[in-house]
Amino acid sequence: MGKIFWRAPLSAKFGLAVVAAYIFAALFAPLLAPFSETEIAGAEFEPWGEGFVFGTDGLGRDMLSRMLYGARNTVGLAFTITALAFLAGASLGLLAAAKGGWLDQLLGRAADMVMAVPSLILALLMLTITGTGAVPLVAVISLIQSPAVFRIARAEAMNAAAMDYVEAARLRGESLLWVARREILPNALPPLAAEFGLRFIFVFLFISALSFLGLGLQPPLADWGGMVRENATLITFGDITPLLPAGAIAFLAVAVNFVVDWLLHVASGLKK
Amino acid sequence: MNPVLLKMLGKRLGLGFLTLAVVAVFIFSVVELLPGDVAQEVLGQSATPETVAAFRRELGLDKPPFPRFLEWAGGVLRGDFGNSLANGRPVAELVSGRLGNTLFLAGYAALIAVPLALVLGVAAALWRNTLFDRAANVAALSAVSLPEFFVAYLLVLGFSVTWNIFPSLSNIEPGASLGEKLYKAFLPALALTLVVVAHMMRMTRAAVINLLASPYIEMAKLKGLRGARIVVLHALPNALAPIVNVVAINLAYLVVGVVVVEAVFVYPGLGQLMVDSVSRRDIPVVQAAGLIFAAVYILLNLLADVVSIAGNPRLLHPR
Repeated sequence: MGKIFWRAPLSAKFGLAVVAAYIFAALFAPLLAPFSETEIAGAEFEPWGEGFVFGTDGLGRDMLSRMLYGARNTVGLAFTITALAFLAGASLGLLAAAKGGWLDQLLGRAADMVMAVPSLILALLMLTITGTGAVPLVAVISLIQSPAVFRIARAEAMNAAAMDYVEAARLRGESLLWVARREILPNALPPLAAEFGLRFIFVFLFISALSFLGLGLQPPLADWGGMVRENATLITFGDITPLLPAGAIAFLAVAVNFVVDWLLHVASGLKK
Repeated sequence: MNPVLLKMLGKRLGLGFLTLAVVAVFIFSVVELLPGDVAQEVLGQSATPETVAAFRRELGLDKPPFPRFLEWAGGVLRGDFGNSLANGRPVAELVSGRLGNTLFLAGYAALIAVPLALVLGVAAALWRNTLFDRAANVAALSAVSLPEFFVAYLLVLGFSVTWNIFPSLSNIEPGASLGEKLYKAFLPALALTLVVVAHMMRMTRAAVINLLASPYIEMAKLKGLRGARIVVLHALPNALAPIVNVVAINLAYLVVGVVVVEAVFVYPGLGQLMVDSVSRRDIPVVQAAGLIFAAVYILLNLLADVVSIAGNPRLLHPR
């Protein structure tokens, strides 16, 4: 595994470094940030400079602190949702592939239906009923995202089970767990990791869009999409503060994309 | 038209309308599927039992689900979506003008994006692995990971703050002239263009490259035909179906992606109305807007499939 990493192209290493920096900021936000995310530290819309590196927002809260806490809230939320969607989608996908029959049909048709409706529209419909906030957001978006994971997990499981080396391991008398861990998993890992990265980007951009629309995490929590919205009026005065959270979102998405690109490359190499 | 083609088309069309019907049921029953009592949820804990009962009557929640669905679906087919909970006005009236604006914006963006993406895609395919191709690829890869509002605010910063050419707000009045509408909606249309062009370009490039590798193109080259003739007469007829398919899929995306861009530019479209109604929990308006968006999306996807079936030269000339 280490060897594969050191042979990674520069773009992938850069992507991994950026991801690591974001994780660091998210984990240690309370230590790094000069103020808390809700503390009113100065006057409204203070300019960039001493005291406030990126100035303050419309309520006088420090932008830098909110950016750091935003990493924790926004990235953490996107990660939780992606992980949940993977857990639900992948276990149902494996179940459908293993059982087949009516269960497979039922789950497949349900997934088709959810995927036939644009996900933003579906999310808006469901959020009307559940209301906004972290818990409804996690529940609604992981539900909407799981069908896509379900389809991929099911297809991967179907493919893997038909491989000769899996059949050979079974005939050797290896246990089911051993076959799954030593034969199927190493081959399924790079495509699954790539899929996780892609899904993460999608979820991350999706919740950013929702919070930009005012339907994500609710104030006073710092959340990048919402921070763009709160500070949007500044842009008409030529102040680029609202582009900071927007840029932070874009930068992480581009970095993860680089990593995914490399993982896909590794995955296609394994297939040969 | 041959029977095989007709059968395939019929099957796909039937499936498309079935999906639409199922989605209508789904959108209607989202209200049922979610846990808890909707009326209580929307009105909050402090609502008196009388208000809750009145609200349930207003929504028709006191009737059983099936007749209520038939009533709703019948109304929808006649263009009657019920009344808004927020201001009591008919939903159809609220939605119609907004829908026109949204389709105008999406169409405007498509008019810029589609030709641009096709030209760039074909060019990248023909000059494969040159500097142009690589630059286009890197730009496309980055563009797909940028959030729409980031692109939109960058455009505002450039075109309306720094250079002051186009307005940052597209508050189009109902009776505006076409010229004024085109001018005011330019920045939102450009933002949408930048969002969809990357995907369309890459898919066009892939479709053309795929075709240029096929044996009959090799044959045409060996016969000594000129490059332009090969591309126009041999490659394009076969590439048309996949390309039109990609275009239709992206148009479907455009109609939905419009929601965020409308919010940035305060454009009076259907997406903006839907988002506002979600915060107000105005269920009839959200259902109507959701159904319209879903229907446009499904129909455009259906169109994509129909074109790729009908436009396939192998199916048009069966042996």
